[in-house]
Amino acid sequence: MAGDETDERDRARRFRDAALPHLDDVFTLARYLMRNAADAEDAVQECYLRALRHFDSYRGPAMKPWLLAILRNVCNAEFARRAAQPAPSAPDADAPPAEATPQWQEPQRSPEAELLRRQDRATIRRLVAALPQPFREAVVLRDINDLSYREIAEVAGVPVGTVMSRLGRARSMLRAAWNVEVGSTT
Amino acid sequence: MNCAECQVLIHALIDGELDAGHASDVEAHVATCPGCAGEFEAFRAMRDALAGAGLREAAPARLRARIEAALPAPPARAAGRLASSLAPRFASWRTFLGGLTLGTALSAAVAATLVVAVIRNDPEQRIADEVVSAHVRSLQAGHLTDVLTSDQHTVKPWFNGKLDVAPPVVDLTAQGFTLIGGRLDYIDSEAAASIVYRRRNHVINLFVARHSGAEHGGPRSETVHGFNVRRWTQEGLDFWAVSDINAEELDEFGQKFMAALQPPSGRS
Repeated sequence: MAGDETDERDRARRFRDAALPHLDDVFTLARYLMRNAADAEDAVQECYLRALRHFDSYRGPAMKPWLLAILRNVCNAEFARRAAQPAPSAPDADAPPAEATPQWQEPQRSPEAELLRRQDRATIRRLVAALPQPFREAVVLRDINDLSYREIAEVAGVPVGTVMSRLGRARSMLRAAWNVEVGSTT
Repeated sequence: MNCAECQVLIHALIDGELDAGHASDVEAHVATCPGCAGEFEAFRAMRDALAGAGLREAAPARLRARIEAALPAPPARAAGRLASSLAPRFASWRTFLGGLTLGTALSAAVAATLVVAVIRNDPEQRIADEVVSAHVRSLQAGHLTDVLTSDQHTVKPWFNGKLDVAPPVVDLTAQGFTLIGGRLDYIDSEAAASIVYRRRNHVINLFVARHSGAEHGGPRSETVHGFNVRRWTQEGLDFWAVSDINAEELDEFGQKFMAALQPPSGRS
């Protein structure tokens, strides 16, 4: 009995050591997926509880993508639950961006690059948050959570090729919105 | 490389995801194509802005406290907090503040143990990756075995003088794992033995090297890049069994091998 308890504590300790350092990353993704702080916090807590339950079957390779994948499932389950009730319109994930980035424009290190560089945090946050779901997720996992393409593919459950194309689309949309924001419609 | 391909690969280049060959292809195209150069500049500027904006958020202390309270108590703390795991978001100011101080104390403890955990686990993960790479190489290069024989008494002496350890070679044919030979390989920059077995059409590489590290782990299984890896330490040697057979069969293999090494009973 005492042995079981020690095991349980040891397991909890290993889980803490492995999982808690990623809390900020998990929370960040939750903020972008759930859009509202209270929902995000609930999702993160649920994610950690689920992760603890499944910790015995955790086989690596890396803890961060594993946690983010669980979080993503938690969020999707929540969306599915809400969809069962009438809800405010969900953005259509795979709808093409209304206006793709103009493919060709001023060749040189453009004033655009300069403008893109000079955007403040709050604006960037808002623009990322406004992306439709799979694209928002791709950008957050790559540019904020700093996952590799392979890890993103694991988290999102899609092939690496899909990750690449989503990321390309996501950045084009973001760039278009960004340019609108600075009023330099190219 | 044409512009359409470049448009796709530009992002992988910016993200450092391309191998050297493709990276230089894309760079060469960007260098000669003003259109793609503009795209490259713009996306890179955007990526830098994203990276520099500090978008990674810190989890609120309140949330950290909630989660810690929901985990089973560590030795230093009283049990009985589990009940609060499903507490409503804002239980009360008292628990909120209590959680905060606890959280701070705990984070320090976590940080202290974390250093140990990181140092210990990192090489292990790297070695697991290496073992899997060696397994894949052995299948690709047509170089599965240096000594091809199903006779354990041929395989074992073959390693003599090639390694600073004498890897045990066990015939498990009767248990459904056919010995097909041995090979010299490198794991973690050290020469290692690979004893090669076959299960139906699947190859199992059993890597053997002198035991390194302080930890004496029991058998552990994991999946790396889709391959199952089972590692254990026995008689001063580290063993890694790698294969694409399912985890249960690989566990069975490990158990049979370990049992066969146990002196003196159970040898077939």
